[in-house]
Amino acid sequence: MDTFLQQFINGLSLGAIYALIALGYTMVYGVLRLINFAHGDVYMLGAFAGYYLANAMNMDANPSIPGTIAVTLGAMAICAGIGILIERLAYRPVRHHSRLTSLITAIGVSLLLEYGGQVVFGATPRFFPQMIRSETYTLGGVQTTNQSLLIIVVAFVLMFGLEFIVHRTKMGKAMRAVSFNLPVARLMGINTDLVIAFTFALGSALAAVAGVLVALSIPRIDPLMGLMTGLKAFVAAVLGGIGNIPGAMLGGMLIGLMETWISATAYSTYRDAMAFAVLILILLFRPAGILGTSVTEKV
Amino acid sequence: MLVTRDVTMRFGGLTAVKSLEMTVPRLALYGLIGPNGAGKTTVFNVLTGVYCPTEGEIEFDGTRIEKKKPYEITRLGAARTFQNIRLFADMSVVQNVMTAHHLRTSQMLPDAVLGTGRHHKEEKETHDRAMALLKIFNLEKFADEPATSLPYGSQRRLEIARALATEPKLLLLDEPAAGMNPQEALELMRLIRWLRDEMKLTILLVEHNMKVVMGICETIQVIDYGEEIAIGTPAEIQKNPKVIEAYLGGG
Amino acid sequence: MSLARKIALIAGTLAGLAALNYIFEYGFGDFQINPYYARIINLIGINITLAVSLNLINGLAGQFSIGHAGFMAVGGYTATYLTVYHGRAIAALAGSTPGDPLGGSIVMVPSLLAGAAAAAAAGLLVGIPSLRLKGDYLAIVTLGFSEIIRVIILNIPAVGGATGFTDAIPITNTFWIFAMAVMTIVITRNIAMSTFGRALFAIRSDEIAAEAMGINTTRYKVMAFVISAALAGIAGGLSGQLFANPLNPQNLNFVKSIEVIVMIVLGGIGSITGAVLGASILTVLPEALRTFDQEFPGLRMVIYALLLILLMIFRPQGLLGRRELSWAWLRPAKRRAVIE
Repeated sequence: MDTFLQQFINGLSLGAIYALIALGYTMVYGVLRLINFAHGDVYMLGAFAGYYLANAMNMDANPSIPGTIAVTLGAMAICAGIGILIERLAYRPVRHHSRLTSLITAIGVSLLLEYGGQVVFGATPRFFPQMIRSETYTLGGVQTTNQSLLIIVVAFVLMFGLEFIVHRTKMGKAMRAVSFNLPVARLMGINTDLVIAFTFALGSALAAVAGVLVALSIPRIDPLMGLMTGLKAFVAAVLGGIGNIPGAMLGGMLIGLMETWISATAYSTYRDAMAFAVLILILLFRPAGILGTSVTEKV
Repeated sequence: MLVTRDVTMRFGGLTAVKSLEMTVPRLALYGLIGPNGAGKTTVFNVLTGVYCPTEGEIEFDGTRIEKKKPYEITRLGAARTFQNIRLFADMSVVQNVMTAHHLRTSQMLPDAVLGTGRHHKEEKETHDRAMALLKIFNLEKFADEPATSLPYGSQRRLEIARALATEPKLLLLDEPAAGMNPQEALELMRLIRWLRDEMKLTILLVEHNMKVVMGICETIQVIDYGEEIAIGTPAEIQKNPKVIEAYLGGG
Repeated sequence: MSLARKIALIAGTLAGLAALNYIFEYGFGDFQINPYYARIINLIGINITLAVSLNLINGLAGQFSIGHAGFMAVGGYTATYLTVYHGRAIAALAGSTPGDPLGGSIVMVPSLLAGAAAAAAAGLLVGIPSLRLKGDYLAIVTLGFSEIIRVIILNIPAVGGATGFTDAIPITNTFWIFAMAVMTIVITRNIAMSTFGRALFAIRSDEIAAEAMGINTTRYKVMAFVISAALAGIAGGLSGQLFANPLNPQNLNFVKSIEVIVMIVLGGIGSITGAVLGASILTVLPEALRTFDQEFPGLRMVIYALLLILLMIFRPQGLLGRRELSWAWLRPAKRRAVIE
């Protein structure tokens, strides 16, 4: 039972990371019907942005909570900007083209960020400085670190914050309108370009938080770290129902739990393939996802 | 030729079609009309296999088709056109028609890959047939033009020509007169009558243009909110109070 | 074209390729081809097979698959496995060994056949469930299958696992590479110009209308997929048994699939000549940039990525759009420059 709870907490922690990234995928898909392949790489950039900020602030020598918050906010801002830039420069010019063209463009941006990252940062992994002194808590036989707990708490807080934005603010309402029907939203006077830019910024900021949080517990970062994680987070978004925000959170948690569980079994080398197997099963049997609604095409 | 029994179509909580009974005899000119949103296109899609009806049976020429896929239904001899024209945009006019003849050819893939005699023979046959059909519709001089470069009325005629290439017994026309001016509509009426009289086709059409419907249909079925409200000859329908109310609104 | 003429044409082509192969290996009089250039030409040939076969499903049928590397892997590993573990026995039947040119060619036939068959089976397995999906979803699912295949291969020690299939016997030569490339082009062209090709174009154009015209769309998509996969398998078998070019799961991943996609996108999705052009250009380009890559690892992929993005923004139809050079049978899409 103890190991079960242990794994459960680890799974939630991993799941929280996936959830934060999955939110970005799902929001962008919601408004643009575009799979933003490059999103996983924004997560990577968040980690690197945090890395440079943390080093600039000499966090290794002075770990602190306010410092961590500053680094996180900084990374969020940088990634929000990157997200807006990507949308403006790469996606908007092809928005009126076919969806396949947009998909290929997204793949191109993803590769650009990954290999561009390799060129700029170098391919060798860097080590994120310790921003918070690591502590382990033991509660009734279950061991967990303050980082794991922090990840879970921060993720949940942010997700509630996102729900608030989407359902209680004017911008949120605009986002929902655009995801429902973009041309009509524009006719209603909504500045769709602004809404789309905001969506990208928001999703990217969340991915940045994920990048910084993950670096807290696994300090090794490299330019290709976004590839696998991003793909798995995308699977999480589809699992929960792409376009559906609570779905992304649920999907993230589930994928995190499943992955942790599989890692503990004899099949751990197939860990990465598991996410894809889940994806295939979902798309074949319930393409709308757990919380999604299916739409039939009008003939 | 085409019979539906108690056909109902539900989408989640919405009942688009309710207990529809329809009998289209051979060589009939049958019209299905109703105000906007009455469910006509849904009926159409159910008949042609795009949707599987939630309840009920459909029989075409003695075969039960309610669970069949669109291509199977076309193979059995029921071809359709589309309300929003769906031509194959990246192909030429003649290629569009040739494509529809595919299901009546017998060559196998290796024939095509190896370029056997059978392949060449059938290709020529298909091409000749297609050109003959185009001639009927006065489209043969546009044979090699991209299908979408034709004017709207011609595109509609091309859709019908293409459907004919599948060698159907029953032709289902989904708002064939949409977007046509009175002159074109008259031509269309003439064409449809010709299709029934000369090519021995049974015709079922869904249409909004009352002139066309009243002008050529021999039996008209009226539906509203997915249910039948009247059925009869054009004269009877025009005088039917329920029909008038459905179109003009009550009170 | 009569049967006699066809046979003469095939024989002539094969003879020509055999002559080319001879020149590549032994030179002609005083002329010796630079082995570096020979290798590039060989790689071009393999990439042509990859690109043209992918074009069958992505371009002609309009179904976006990102799983080509997976089929290359399945076919390549099967072909190589056969040669490595049974090649000596097969060659011995003709009193030869795989190392000998004639023996090598004798082994190549069953090797490639096995590779093609295995890849075709994989194509069937992947295609039947996946081809029900459209657009983005199909792309992601094929990617998923490709990655699963890769992970499975990684875990098979008999074929080398993570270090790659280094036991491979290098029986690939220029003759086989280009014989297969020509075969791929001919098969694809014949399909495209037939009633099956029209069915595929119809599916690409408007799947619902295609169904209404009596075309069993799933069946045709799967057929195209299986043929495409089989040809990719052949390319894999050729690639893995090329001298100093062992198959490695790390290289047969998502990025490899993307590389092939860039080839056909550059040439023009839907154009066979375009695929040939794209494959050629994008085999030569990385070599030309090799010195760059030495200094800045990853720069080659950066340029790829930029190329992809700029292509999509400014010329999504690629170099040739859907046209072919020299045949007028495919009209260019006159309207907007969109890949549908």
